[in-house]
Amino acid sequence: MSDNNATYYVPAQSPWPIVGAVGFFLVAVGSGNLVTQISKTGEAGWGQLVLLAGLIVLFIMMFGWFRDQIKESQTGLHSAQLGISYRQGMSWFIFSEVMFFAAFFGALFYTRTISVPWLAGAGNNAMTAQILWPTFEAIWPLTETPSGKTTQAMGYWGLPLINTLILLTSSITIHFAHVGLEKGKRQQMSWMMGFTILLGFAFLTLQVEEYIHAYQDLGLTLDSGVYGNTFFLLTGFHGLHVTLGTLFLIVIFFRILAGHFNAKNHFAFQSASWYWHFVDVVWLCLFIFVYII
Amino acid sequence: MALVSLLPFTLVYAAETATHSTINLRAGVTDISHQVYDLHMTIFYICIVIGLVVFGAMFYAIIFHRKSKGAKAANFHESIKVEIAWTIIPIIILIVMAIPATKTLIAMEDANEADLTIVVTGSQWKWHYKYLDHDIEFYSLLATPNEQITGKWLKGDTYLLEVDKPLVIPTNKKVRFLMTSDDVIHSWWVPDFAVKKDANPGFINEAWTNVNEPGIYRGQCAELCGKDHGFMPVVVKALEPTEFDLWMEKKKQEKAAAKAEEKRLLAMSMSKEELMAEGEKVYMGYCAACHQQNGMGLPGVFPSLVGSPAVTGDVAEHIDVVLNGRNGTAMQAFSKQLSLKQIASVVTYERNAWGINSGDFVQPKDIHQFIQNQ
Amino acid sequence: MSTITQNNSATEHSENHDDHAHGPAPGIKRWIFTTNHKDIGTLYLWFAFIMFLVGGAMAMVIRAELFQPGLQIVEPHFFNQMTTVHGLIMVFGAVMPAFTGMANWMIPMMIGAPDMALPRMNNLSFWILPFAFLILLSSLFVEGGGPAFGWTFYAPLSTTYSGDSTALFVFAIHIMGISSIMGAINVIVTIFNMRAPGMTWMKLPLFVWTWFITAYLLIAVMPVLAGAVTMVLTDKYFGTSFFDAAGGGDPVMFQHIFWFFGHPEVYIMILPAFGIISTIVPTFSRKSLFGYASMVYATASIAFLSFIVWAHHMFTTGMPVFAELFFMYCTMLISVPTGVKVFNWVATMWRGALSFEVPMLFSIAFIVLFTFGGFSGLMLAITPVDFQYHDTYFVVAHFHYVLVTGAIFSLIAATYYWLPKWTGVMYDVGLAKLHFWCSLISVNVLFFPMHFVGLAGMPRRIPDYSIQFANWNQLISLGGFAFGLSQLIFLALLIKACKKKGKAVDAQVWDGAHGLEWEVESPAPYHTFTTPPQIK
Ligand code: HEA
Ligand code: HEA
Ligand code: CUA
Ligand SMILES: [Cu+2]
Repeated sequence: MSDNNATYYVPAQSPWPIVGAVGFFLVAVGSGNLVTQISKTGEAGWGQLVLLAGLIVLFIMMFGWFRDQIKESQTGLHSAQLGISYRQGMSWFIFSEVMFFAAFFGALFYTRTISVPWLAGAGNNAMTAQILWPTFEAIWPLTETPSGKTTQAMGYWGLPLINTLILLTSSITIHFAHVGLEKGKRQQMSWMMGFTILLGFAFLTLQVEEYIHAYQDLGLTLDSGVYGNTFFLLTGFHGLHVTLGTLFLIVIFFRILAGHFNAKNHFAFQSASWYWHFVDVVWLCLFIFVYII
Repeated sequence: MALVSLLPFTLVYAAETATHSTINLRAGVTDISHQVYDLHMTIFYICIVIGLVVFGAMFYAIIFHRKSKGAKAANFHESIKVEIAWTIIPIIILIVMAIPATKTLIAMEDANEADLTIVVTGSQWKWHYKYLDHDIEFYSLLATPNEQITGKWLKGDTYLLEVDKPLVIPTNKKVRFLMTSDDVIHSWWVPDFAVKKDANPGFINEAWTNVNEPGIYRGQCAELCGKDHGFMPVVVKALEPTEFDLWMEKKKQEKAAAKAEEKRLLAMSMSKEELMAEGEKVYMGYCAACHQQNGMGLPGVFPSLVGSPAVTGDVAEHIDVVLNGRNGTAMQAFSKQLSLKQIASVVTYERNAWGINSGDFVQPKDIHQFIQNQ
Repeated sequence: MSTITQNNSATEHSENHDDHAHGPAPGIKRWIFTTNHKDIGTLYLWFAFIMFLVGGAMAMVIRAELFQPGLQIVEPHFFNQMTTVHGLIMVFGAVMPAFTGMANWMIPMMIGAPDMALPRMNNLSFWILPFAFLILLSSLFVEGGGPAFGWTFYAPLSTTYSGDSTALFVFAIHIMGISSIMGAINVIVTIFNMRAPGMTWMKLPLFVWTWFITAYLLIAVMPVLAGAVTMVLTDKYFGTSFFDAAGGGDPVMFQHIFWFFGHPEVYIMILPAFGIISTIVPTFSRKSLFGYASMVYATASIAFLSFIVWAHHMFTTGMPVFAELFFMYCTMLISVPTGVKVFNWVATMWRGALSFEVPMLFSIAFIVLFTFGGFSGLMLAITPVDFQYHDTYFVVAHFHYVLVTGAIFSLIAATYYWLPKWTGVMYDVGLAKLHFWCSLISVNVLFFPMHFVGLAGMPRRIPDYSIQFANWNQLISLGGFAFGLSQLIFLALLIKACKKKGKAVDAQVWDGAHGLEWEVESPAPYHTFTTPPQIK
């Protein structure tokens, strides 16, 4: 607990949360409609417009919200205690993200160690295999599903390995950006941050390459059974997080150029860096469990 | 106060026989179901006793430690000894419960060395039974007339718990059930056997029973499986082994007769009236649950047949959908549920009912041909 | 709009606040733009109460249809929608937001903080909720109707076999999840970082403790729920086969993921209730809570155990025996810490100087009736017997005892306890007592016989039943209508209290109450503890 409650900054009324709520609403209704329409008629209806509007509103919200926030921070309203609140908030947010990925990793482990072997007769499931899936064999990666769909597995050599190296490097560069910040070397900070962003882009580009390769050469698609499902959902959600992380870093980059942040006051910088490290760790787990083993 | 409401429960329980109680578990007709029932009563009594002790103390305090009676608050608020005691004692009680529970559970899950194996397949909303190694299989559908459900007719004693063809099993034999499903998850439940097992699509679960007394035992599907989940009863007829063998024999003869009839049908043509009458019967039994009696379906859930290209378009495609179902939808494959005659008539019916009158009449032999060409 | 007021000197605070920029804004703006924990708490509480009425109205449809055997009022498909949406609304729309509302109002006041740690995010986490429920409720009017697969949305009923509104359902759940996560983060950070000097961990009021632990459950499992609905979405619309054996998946895997969320979820709905009861019982016993420390440890143990018992909802799915045994033993173990709580409450009352104001009445009813629910829970935990109970009305009876006479009763008790602090006036005690007795009697008429029909073999989630269950169901429905009407008394009382009709009360409303919230005047000023109190 802390003894400087006296200066805790409680912001006055703010319009941004409700704007954000409307944004979420539009995104949900829009994507709900979009998904339904596409699955039924193969064409997008009005949903995409609502979705787009929602995303714009969300963007406006973030812009406005963070602008206010930055103004407060720059005018010195934020106490050290508030800084702690923000940091704790961010770390618990990251924890909740970890749990989100845990659900998909859980699905991966479950299918690999339980459902696929069971379908082939493991454990108490001899009859399952005998009566329902007589020709099915349990292998991982699951290159042939019980219903007979086939695909090829994605190796870890090549693009995935390069991507791993890219992300690892980016974790180092962002670390040095932080070091630069703490030592007051702003040049180093901005260069290193710039590198990190470039590495982020490089990762995303290669990931797109990899997806194209998967679809065109390997026949590995979203609907090629649980191997494809877990592969694309895990790497896909990870990719989405890299995208958001990169955007986050870009914002930080411009703030660095605008002279923001100092050794004491750099919550946004720090949370961007935490987020980036988190994305990195998720990738390592992915690399091991999705690609290698 | 609320404790009092427990009393009638215990009292009425004592009065009622456990076989067809309306307020308590049934003891059932298998050794396992008796064990389960005893376990249930044991835990129940333990809970009652704990409840009496705990709330006895509480109501004592409520009555005697009232401020209005001049009670002065004591100021103890901790006691490690007491805390330890009321952690340990419940643990011991739990262990006492866990031992018989473990034994019963292990016995229940051992489906080995069965005398007879039956594959039980749930589908929306009926059960299919197949006697493994005996070439007997049939569907079992709700037999309660719609008029009873909607209140036009008086409801019978077995309202909603009656089927056209019950599952038949022998008594005093270990019967193994292999549960699976064609579509969503169902759960096959007969309270008197203490057997409830989910029927999961794509997997096979095992359960078993060994019934002590002949009789008719009724249960229901116990997992929400869509619109007609409440109308998917299970009825099991347990017969003495000798009678059971007779029944098996009869079934086999029936099957042979049906085959011969099918052959005969392939050689001849059914009349329009025959087709329509039979078709209506089949439609109401198998199709109307989804597509509704008027063929209009339920918008957004089940498609309408009226005006659907499946019904007004190519006959072959229509037959294909009925025979093989539509992947990824609730439309199931009827090829193994219905005979050639039934399929021919229901296709005919759908193409000529509800004012469609396409004039297409499909014969059993057309269906036969379609299957041959597949 | 977003005027920034600078408060960096402690002196400026107490005087300047109320008349300057920090009083409530006029009109609707106050509620929409607010960053004040009390306003947001009020919003949460009213929202939750409205949702309780909406979800209750659906329960009335269910009970009306089940009044007699046969189909009378609604179609089976619509009945399933009512069951599903009733469950979803009560869980996500009534109980959870109500507890969050209590947390918002009380936690800052109880720990001597000026507000929640992240006030703007607090507003966001509230305001996305009404939109989420707007989506969920409007999905009932989509062609084909709303979700009809139970609040547990088991695949493949919720994927291949579900209606068109499933996408809306999924996104509504996503938003509810985001709201809960933000709310939980706020609670955790507030408790970690905003305690007044001297408010050490083991001095925290139990309500704060239980919420602290609940918030961890929330951030650990709501994302898993988000994962589950996401897989449902991709299975239904994008051709994945997580829950489809044909592609190597397993419908039972859905249940594992869902219940990994779902079981901690039920404790999310009861731990704060434990906190409330632990606050009220000592007050009206005029005696400190017995075994404070063991209460904290018990709460933590329950939370821990809640992560390793999920498959007790899945005993009939065909798990291997050792898994069934493991989950049975762990589930049984939960009775131990829960028992500790019950015993501690009784020991608190023992040799106290008891009085029976309305909050105490509801608390006593809670202790007894929650324990009933706990006992039936214990019976359900015994795997071989659960084969008989599973998916029958016995389960429905179990969870309504722990949820209605548990969670809801604790919320009502909390409302009666703190309402004078919120409004500054004493509510109509006569009405409150009427509310109590009507609720107590009708709720037992409503839920007790459900044990009977359940044991006798009535499955849940059915619109029609065989005639042997007819008599009890009639009684249950009558109890249901009576309980529903009784809640209208509560509504009337609340409206009256919010219009401030009643006798003004002092800071100390109840003579035995302890805690910082009783040191500020009633009604609690818009800003409390802008200068932190010193806790001895
Ligand atoms: C607030 C919510 C809440 C709470 C607190 C609980 C508490 C418990 N629940 Fe419950 N439960 C639900 C909400 C809740 N449940 C819901 C919503 C469902 C259904 C979901 C669905 O399918 O839709 C459900 C279903 C459910 C099932 C699945 C049933 C089935 O579908 O087949 C099981 C099985 O084990 C179970 C067990 C328990 C146990 C052991 C406890 C324990 O925590 C209870 C512990 C308490 C006590 C035991 C009483 C007090 C203790 C003493 C006085 C000490 C001495 C006692 C002894 C040593 C015996 N619950
Ligand atoms: C906290 C959660 C909560 C609460 C408070 C309740 C409250 C009630 N529930 Fe609840 N219920 C669930 C959670 C809850 N339920 C869940 C999770 C399920 C499982 C869903 C599923 O299977 O998927 C369920 C399922 C369920 C069923 C089983 C349905 C089925 O299996 O088909 C039934 C049946 O009786 C039922 C009844 C009631 C009743 C009568 C109330 C009453 O307490 C409600 C009282 C409140 C009111 C009535 C509102 C106030 C009054 C008005 C709005 C005025 C109108 C009044 C009249 C016309 C009289 N519920
Ligand atoms: Cu089949 Cu419920
Ligand atoms: Cu549970």
